Amino acid sequence: MQAPSSPIREHVPAREPLAPEHRHKELALDVRDLWAGYPGQPAAVRGVSFVVPSGEMVGLVGPNGAGKSTLFKSILGLIEPLRGDAIAFGRPVREARDDIAYMPQVEEVDWGFPVSVLDVVLMGRYHGFRPFARWSRTDHDRAREALERVNLAEFAGRQAGQLSGGQRRRVLMARAIARGARLLLLDEPFAGLDAAAQHELLEILDGLVREGNSILVATHDLSCVMSSCDEAVCLNREIIAAGPPAEVLTPEVLSETFHMHLVTVGALGVQVAGFYPQASARAESSRR
Amino acid sequence: MGGLEAWLIEPYRFEFMRRALLALMLVSLVGGVVGAFVVNKGLAFSGDALAHSTLAGVAVAFVSGGSVVVGALVAAVVTALGVGLTRRRARVSYDTAIGIFFVSMFSFGMLILSRRTSYTPDLTAFVFGNILGVSAGDLVAAGLLTAALILFVLACYRELAIVAYDPAVAAAMGVRATLFEYAILVMVAVAVVVALKAIGIVLVNAMLIIPAATAGLMVRRLSLIMVYASLLAMASAVVGLHLSFHARVAVSPAIVLSSAATFLMVAVVTSRRRARIVGPEGSTG
Repeated sequence: MQAPSSPIREHVPAREPLAPEHRHKELALDVRDLWAGYPGQPAAVRGVSFVVPSGEMVGLVGPNGAGKSTLFKSILGLIEPLRGDAIAFGRPVREARDDIAYMPQVEEVDWGFPVSVLDVVLMGRYHGFRPFARWSRTDHDRAREALERVNLAEFAGRQAGQLSGGQRRRVLMARAIARGARLLLLDEPFAGLDAAAQHELLEILDGLVREGNSILVATHDLSCVMSSCDEAVCLNREIIAAGPPAEVLTPEVLSETFHMHLVTVGALGVQVAGFYPQASARAESSRR
Repeated sequence: MGGLEAWLIEPYRFEFMRRALLALMLVSLVGGVVGAFVVNKGLAFSGDALAHSTLAGVAVAFVSGGSVVVGALVAAVVTALGVGLTRRRARVSYDTAIGIFFVSMFSFGMLILSRRTSYTPDLTAFVFGNILGVSAGDLVAAGLLTAALILFVLACYRELAIVAYDPAVAAAMGVRATLFEYAILVMVAVAVVVALKAIGIVLVNAMLIIPAATAGLMVRRLSLIMVYASLLAMASAVVGLHLSFHARVAVSPAIVLSSAATFLMVAVVTSRRRARIVGPEGSTG
């Protein structure tokens, strides 16, 4: 069933994701008309096209259930796209696996599994099957460097499941960093982090981008996108809008993305709290 | 000391006891290695299902006069693949699907055997285990399967560990995650077949679960759990074997019970140790 096109949509059309100065940049990721979903259900991601220019951080913004994780998985080929494809550095993603690091949501990992923090980070160094292979000296060095980068060096020998929620995210982040990939796909790395931990993680991401890496980060945290991302892509099953965050994250686009009443406060023009149902409910009741 | 020495050495004057010991060492080795996956991936029910489903293959082998080990292996591998498939495709829950699968296989075996009127002592050996009846041929078969399994785990250790820990990221990095998820189930099937003649269908799962669970209380790394579990299983097997010889009780329950007693002791000791490490606020020191 086709939803009736909303008037907001006409006000703020999904713009070309690439700003003029980026037209000639190499594309780290080029997603073209991607449709994806699970068998027996309507497509969770519909006709999605956007790019991640090389050396930029792109924020993928959308509420829970908007298809962000499905989009990541179909980009990576973990679920077969129904239509469309994803190109990384000019090659199909399956041929560019060594250039891509993926950080899943922290809940998707089996934290009860008996591995140390260092074991987890070493896994990121996997680059293809070699029988009887063991991790090399270089693999160990890269893993330790990555752990230092996320401030978990002293936890290397700890069992991964013993870590706190924030530390678990940093371990998965370290695994993605240790891979030495040029493109990082991060699924909700900020979820459940307090402000200080978010800030710390953002600094790490900024550092990676300054080194020339490209990042696609899924989040509902708009202030992170505002402050740190070069581009924002608003997704709710389909692309609602894409472009520089200051232009894209308007109340109209956000209310269409989040299907929710907005409370506008603060210097950003929009405030994260406004997107939580409780906040909306409070706003509703105070008006009555 | 002379008494203890006699207690230890006396049983091995007999050829069947030496064979039994060797068979149990092989069972302990595969049980420990595969058990590390079974316990940490929640495959205990799958292990039980695989054990029971072998009856179908054993029955067909009996009736057709074929090799019982081959029959059991085929049945277990078919079940492993079926379990893997239902895990991915089924519209009922995973454990329900396994439940349906294995009772069907078990019933198929019973159905075939019910047509046979003659007494089949070998068959009870498969259901309840007959470690003292292990033949040289059984040992060779178990040895070959054990060698293949250990080689496979050594060759693919990184892949197996990554897939077991985080299949999505494994696939994203180019590991053939589906293939290795099936491989883990087939490993369980092979372990079951190695242990079948020695321990019996009913108790074989204990050799996969108890030593690995005990090791998991002592160490928290996959490779170490494999080593510790194998050694613990070997120790329990020796204790069980001696108890059985001297006290004239059945071997496989003696082994399983000594294994369970070890688990209990380790659980008590490690819970005290943990109580010391973890302070009242639950902060690890």
